[in-house]
Amino acid sequence: MTEAIRTEGVEYVYPNGFQALKGIDISIKEGEFVAIMGQNGSGKTTLVKHFNGLLRPTRGKVYVFGEDSAKHTTAELCRIVGYVFQNPDHQIFNSTLLDEVGFGLRNLGFSESEVLERVKIALAKVDLNKNLTDNPHFMSMGERHRVAIASILVLEPKVLVLDEPTTGLDYKRSLELMELVKRINGEGKTVVLVTHDVNLAAQYAQRVVVLKDGQILADGEAKNILSNTELLAKSNLVPPQINFLAKRLRDLNVPENIIKVDEMVEFLQKHVKLTKASK
Amino acid sequence: MKAKMMVADEIISVENLSYTYISGNSYALYDINLKIRKGEFVVIMGPSGCGKSTLLYTFNGIIPHLFRGKMSGRVIVDGIDTKQSSISKLSQIVGMVFQNPETQIVASTVIEEVAFGPENLNLSVEEIRSRVEESLAISRLSSKRDFATTSLSGGEKQALAIASVLALRPKVLALDEPTSMLDPAGAALVSSIISELNKKLGMTVVAVDHRVEWAVNVADRLIVMDEGKIVIDDKPSNVFKRFDLVRKIGFRPPQVTELFYKLRDNGVPVNDFPITVDEAEGLVRWVLDD
Repeated sequence: MTEAIRTEGVEYVYPNGFQALKGIDISIKEGEFVAIMGQNGSGKTTLVKHFNGLLRPTRGKVYVFGEDSAKHTTAELCRIVGYVFQNPDHQIFNSTLLDEVGFGLRNLGFSESEVLERVKIALAKVDLNKNLTDNPHFMSMGERHRVAIASILVLEPKVLVLDEPTTGLDYKRSLELMELVKRINGEGKTVVLVTHDVNLAAQYAQRVVVLKDGQILADGEAKNILSNTELLAKSNLVPPQINFLAKRLRDLNVPENIIKVDEMVEFLQKHVKLTKASK
Repeated sequence: MKAKMMVADEIISVENLSYTYISGNSYALYDINLKIRKGEFVVIMGPSGCGKSTLLYTFNGIIPHLFRGKMSGRVIVDGIDTKQSSISKLSQIVGMVFQNPETQIVASTVIEEVAFGPENLNLSVEEIRSRVEESLAISRLSSKRDFATTSLSGGEKQALAIASVLALRPKVLALDEPTSMLDPAGAALVSSIISELNKKLGMTVVAVDHRVEWAVNVADRLIVMDEGKIVIDDKPSNVFKRFDLVRKIGFRPPQVTELFYKLRDNGVPVNDFPITVDEAEGLVRWVLDD
């Protein structure tokens, strides 16, 4: 499988002297859906900002699809690795949808007809049925998140990095947004999701990387990491509620690494006969 | 008994309350009736725009005194009609903590921040000092009294916001999504301070919060809102029995509840819906036991 991102011994020291990353070795394959978790200050955002050159390592190397990122400008890397900010308002600055979503393309010298066509495709991908002349600032939070994602997707990056994409969204809108991200992943794009939300990571990520104090605390399959109570406790995280139930039902051979409600439904229906009607 | 009379243990009484923001063309709140008793722990939930924060803001007079809009009906807090009072008086009865602690902190050190409220009440130095110390202790910030507020973590900043509100000795603590901007460590700190205030000190707590697994464990009562109305107001265990309604509104039930909703969808004959892991374990075993 193609390696989308590879870091070797990445260290990063902020100008104020704070060392946010203390040697990160990570390899993300093309098409993976990886969640990066950890407390505030653990280095999550600092790490992912290295994937498209928003930050450059103080020491160590970052490779993007095999290319040494040090040899490429951030502008070049951004076309391959798109970064969606946590707060869409940190990203949106144009007064029409066309200008906002088409901004990157125009900068890259695309013709107006190409800009128009690709903007329309990107907006369709995020299910945003709005006029191109509408002002994104006046849209709802859920819509502004989708504008922000569209303005990245329009550049057709191979990797999509989302930093806490559901902050400020309620349950319904979080689900809609994550289903959209899942679909994008299903189309072959690599997704890197920075999140505190264990339920979200359990539902969508195949792999979870937990950072602590600028180092990798754990890196593995989501179901093994997110069911490991002791490990998660080191980052003040707790497994999803359904996992606590799974562990209680060990004697019924319920796997202890169930982290999704649907897995539990499936297991109970397949392996145990739910015959007795409750009255 | 007359319905309009305030019963002795009631601290908040909302009567036929409707509210429209000046910019809005529909009701943000519509015909809300609600009574909150002293010592209760109430969590208000519902989708974005359902009116839950708006309702909270009527408890200390931010509505109608600060926000512009049209209000009808009454909100009585500790016997006072909020329309006839002022935010500064009401905030000594209902302390309000907001989502983002940064918007609330004004002073440069922890102790100055906590002292700010009582200083403005023209209290004696001894009284101010004792309130500050007590509030710092509850918020677990005594050892950081001289720290710069900017040096605190997100969770500590929210704990500080709580401390500065407590220094006014309110009877009710109202919190608007107090942990939604915090990381897991911060959320744990703030949640435990809130629980302790209610369980140990008997303070009335009203919180708008999305964290359903937390809410069902700590709250005496859940209020579910949708489109400006209260659609469910009940004990947590009863709220999730109404699965058609819960699903229609689109707020997330606890995962163990969702498990039983889905089993039911798939034809498993379940009539009871657990909200805690204990209950779910018991129900699974009971359904299985033959």
